[in-house]
Amino acid sequence: MSLKEISPDQLVYWQWGMITLNGTIVFTWGVILFMALGSFLITWRLSTDVKMSRWQNLLEVIVETMRREIREISSQDPGSYLYFIGTLFLFILVSNVLAIVPGFVPPTASLSTTAGLAVCVFVAVPIYGIKSRGLGGYLKQYVEPSPFMLPFNIMGELSRTLALAVRLFGNIMSGTKIVAILLAIVPLVFPVLMHALGLLTGVIQAYIFAVLAMVYIASATRAQEEREEKIQEKGEES
Amino acid sequence: MDSISLIGMASVFTAGITIAIGAIGPALGEGRAVAQALSSLAQQPDEANRITRTLFVGLAMIESTAIYAFVVSMILLFANPFWDKVVQQAGG
Repeated sequence: MSLKEISPDQLVYWQWGMITLNGTIVFTWGVILFMALGSFLITWRLSTDVKMSRWQNLLEVIVETMRREIREISSQDPGSYLYFIGTLFLFILVSNVLAIVPGFVPPTASLSTTAGLAVCVFVAVPIYGIKSRGLGGYLKQYVEPSPFMLPFNIMGELSRTLALAVRLFGNIMSGTKIVAILLAIVPLVFPVLMHALGLLTGVIQAYIFAVLAMVYIASATRAQEEREEKIQEKGEES
Repeated sequence: MDSISLIGMASVFTAGITIAIGAIGPALGEGRAVAQALSSLAQQPDEANRITRTLFVGLAMIESTAIYAFVVSMILLFANPFWDKVVQQAGG
């Protein structure tokens, strides 16, 4: 990525009338194909034996760690959260870490990708909330603790979606941007260090995006269960 | 003074000021958060996992304010809409 460009959107490979094939689309499909082919190759011959391939072991460790983290954060059974949160985490992680491949610009350095991911979270929160608490129960949390909080709750919902998108975009874009700037000023050794720092930031940001998505979903589903637990405890005391 | 140099001057100056002022608040906040986390780690080493995780999430939330300032300054420097418009007008 050159100095002038701040996102892979401006990297146009092919154009035909209105249709442009820019860097973001190409790299996103690259990441998707890489992950799909990789996991297909690993999982097409799974073994339940004690002996298994090291790649299967790797995938099992990843999935098991994600399940444990989700269980700890949401204090619920990972169940169906794993598919959504795990997909988000793995996609962002792989696209950030692939930044070490020369010529590859992470698709997460484009605001359109991160906005898309944030919109996924924005839609998933009510879906999970309604699924676990019913439509009324979910809508009721907007007027808690009092109906005066309704506009603030709605604004909070929107602004945290914006924050999710801009946070990921800003972090990854700043990583690639700083490397590009340093390449122009001190092209020896120093950009490598900043690139390593960028990799660390990328991994942390992937983790944080997944954790925040999980926290938002958990807060939409959890309140009900806590109230039921309280009622149960009171019932046991009396 | 024509509008190109005026917009250029204002953009560069504002970009520097944005990131300079925008970094102060999050820096102070992150310092406080890390200090608190370290002292609670010293008090309760058993809870290290939970404290570290919460610390990372909190740091990311605090840091995002600085990131917003950074994004704004990057837009001012590299993708300034007013600059593009003025350059287009001057060219065409």
